Amino acid sequence: MKFKTSLLAVPLAAALAVAGLANPAVAQTPKKGGILKFVVPDEPPSFDGHKETTFALIHPIAPFYSVLIRPDSADPSNSSKFECDICTEMPTSTDGGKQYTFKIRKGLKFHDGSPLTSADVLATFQRIIFPKEGISSARKAQMSMVESVTAPDAETVVFKLKRPSGAFIPALAAPFHFIYSKAKLDADPRWYEQNVMGSGPFIFDIREAGARVTGKRNPNYHHAGQPYIDGFEAIFAKTQTLRVQAIRGDQAVIEFRGFPPKSRDDLVAALGKDITVQESDWNCVLLITPNHEKKPFDDARVRRALTLAVDRWGGAPALSKIAIVKAVGGIVFPGHELAATKEELQQIAGYGPDITKSRDEARRLLKEAGVSNLKFTLTNRGVDQPYTIVGTWLIDQWKQVGIEVTQKVESTGPFYAQLNSGAFDVTLDFNCQSVVNPLSDTAKFLPSDLAGDQYGRFKDPKLAELHDAMNGTDDVKQQRTLMRQYEKRVLDEEAHNFISLWWYRIIPHRTYLKGWKAGPSHYFPNQLDQVWLDK
Amino acid sequence: MASTETASATVIEDIPRRPTILATLGAFSRENPLGACGGFIVIVMIVMAFFAPWLTSYDPTANDFGAMLAPPDGDHFLGTDQFGRDLLSRIIYGARTALLVGFVSSFVGCFLGLILGVTSAYFGGRFDLLFQRVMDVFMAFPLIILALAVVAIFGTGVQNVIIAITIPVIPRAARIVRASALAIREMPYVDAARANGFSHSRIIFRHMMPNVMAPFLIILTAQVGQAILIEASLSYLGLGVQEPIPAWGLMLRGGAQEYAESAPWVAIFPGLAITLAVFGFNLFGDALRDWLDPKMKT
Repeated sequence: MKFKTSLLAVPLAAALAVAGLANPAVAQTPKKGGILKFVVPDEPPSFDGHKETTFALIHPIAPFYSVLIRPDSADPSNSSKFECDICTEMPTSTDGGKQYTFKIRKGLKFHDGSPLTSADVLATFQRIIFPKEGISSARKAQMSMVESVTAPDAETVVFKLKRPSGAFIPALAAPFHFIYSKAKLDADPRWYEQNVMGSGPFIFDIREAGARVTGKRNPNYHHAGQPYIDGFEAIFAKTQTLRVQAIRGDQAVIEFRGFPPKSRDDLVAALGKDITVQESDWNCVLLITPNHEKKPFDDARVRRALTLAVDRWGGAPALSKIAIVKAVGGIVFPGHELAATKEELQQIAGYGPDITKSRDEARRLLKEAGVSNLKFTLTNRGVDQPYTIVGTWLIDQWKQVGIEVTQKVESTGPFYAQLNSGAFDVTLDFNCQSVVNPLSDTAKFLPSDLAGDQYGRFKDPKLAELHDAMNGTDDVKQQRTLMRQYEKRVLDEEAHNFISLWWYRIIPHRTYLKGWKAGPSHYFPNQLDQVWLDK
Repeated sequence: MASTETASATVIEDIPRRPTILATLGAFSRENPLGACGGFIVIVMIVMAFFAPWLTSYDPTANDFGAMLAPPDGDHFLGTDQFGRDLLSRIIYGARTALLVGFVSSFVGCFLGLILGVTSAYFGGRFDLLFQRVMDVFMAFPLIILALAVVAIFGTGVQNVIIAITIPVIPRAARIVRASALAIREMPYVDAARANGFSHSRIIFRHMMPNVMAPFLIILTAQVGQAILIEASLSYLGLGVQEPIPAWGLMLRGGAQEYAESAPWVAIFPGLAITLAVFGFNLFGDALRDWLDPKMKT
């Protein structure tokens, strides 16, 4: 009997395989099982998603948490498509666009078995939007349109806005907005900085400092049938070569952040059809932030000189060959309707078509400010791509106008400690956002008293007024006009921060990884509940 | 009168003449040909470090995007890196970083080790016992591990790398110097100095230290090569000297790893520089030990 079954099974399997090849829908049926190993270029400074802004937290930690809503995993490039995670359906606004009511799924549980209700969602968003003294919230500025959050019953959460805002839903969908347990927060508001306990697709298993974080499948996950994989292993590997070799040697399947073109070419040449490459523009930019509390960077002329010395148009084509950067742009994601055109950019300091003229102006400003022989330390993050490469390039650019710069490279933890304490002259910081949403994304450039992740240590009420006005209108033309004024003030008149180059995302991964699509952000989709291994 | 002059002239001729420096170098080279090679490499390095601006026309930190990853040719004898920087210039200027870190950390570390080692030997007893156990703790860590720990505390940069290398050198130098100083402590002239009521510091600095100079010089030269290697290792790991300072270990990091297959010159030449420098200092140090240590001659 067994023999006969086997005989039948061979042609049946062959027929199914052919059918599968002919029909992509059948071929894409997720397979269950396996451990997804991926490499992460850095370790998280803490485990608190509300506080942190880095991929180093999202990649290994996001799979342990649920969020209220998230960008559409099947179409992550679409900045207007969102889906519920723990809510039941995406709400439509009421009260003239000023109120959003979310219904929370029933029967949700945290990994410790305690129930997840609207009280936990309320506690989470109150911590993010209205953080108490001593609690750091990196995205409170992006959520500044929210007037109040309430939970009228165990399954309902209501967000009331100060004014209608198209930026609200994209801001709410930030993948850092992990749902925390109210009980844990009540006991210790900073408990989540050192501990992990969520309600996501994976349960925290092991953390070996400097080596890896592992998670195992959550059998009670609220999306039926998911996750498909049994677990994951996030392997920390600081050097890019190591990460590329890990994928090449099949010790890792993917790195979710991005590789430069050379690494892509090497992997494709070595692995052929076993490697799949996904590419995307990247809602991420490296910006230069002078510490306004330190002399001579309290002088706008000195800050302007720094940006005037940088040849962005000349540097972009070359740097795009060796780093994960590509486009020249202002403060808005290039190509977006609110972004500056090339002609508009060329009116801003540091974007002029004639670099010689710009550098002459930089020298003049430095002389006028009495710092012709300016020397300072550039505090940079110890991540290969693109920090140290762009940092090295910038030092050469500044040298052209007589500025002598020493680079101080720190790993992520000490780097952010210095940024937070103000113990730096000039730093390379980033503005990487999830959903492309310039009205919200540009909150990064708000003054330090309003933006939780602005490290420039300055106040500028006019900037806040412009940002408010921009977010207070639905008229795109008016938004655009205000955005140009805001941009001019940030990058030119005050030069509070200035932009280097926008990033470009290249993700080469093992072809057997399925169910994952690269979008314009390296922050999503990273819950890993929809990925599967076709092995 | 005349006969007296003749006699004194004869006496003077009988005194052996002190050999000239050239004759000494010649004798050293004949007895230690490998050591002479090492010495030659060291001299070349020193010349490179001192005369770097005259030896190359390129700025070692200047980016040239028109010559990114250019292979060795007439314009760039050793090629360029991913920023288009001339590799020969970076290697020549890199000798400055290597020698600065190597000499300063070795000299300071060995000098402190000299003071501590001689002091420990001179006082002996419980002080020596306790002091040597502290040295044992430091010696238990491999040099690179201890240097890594120090860099982790102080941070990166040339100054901190020097500190990071100096600290592990101290116990190593102290241990070797102490061994020689223990024998010197028993010498009659040290007893005589004590009997004359000289202070401890005078006995240590004036009477003992000059007599342990041979092992001191040997450990000093040996440590320079070691220090250069550690600096290169720390920089390679991203914990030492930072871009854009030309440093050989740093040149092996990043671009050299990524482009090792398509542009091998980016990795080969800095690697050769490190190898030759360490090789040179080690050969020279070994030869110096043979030359200065009478026990090695018997």
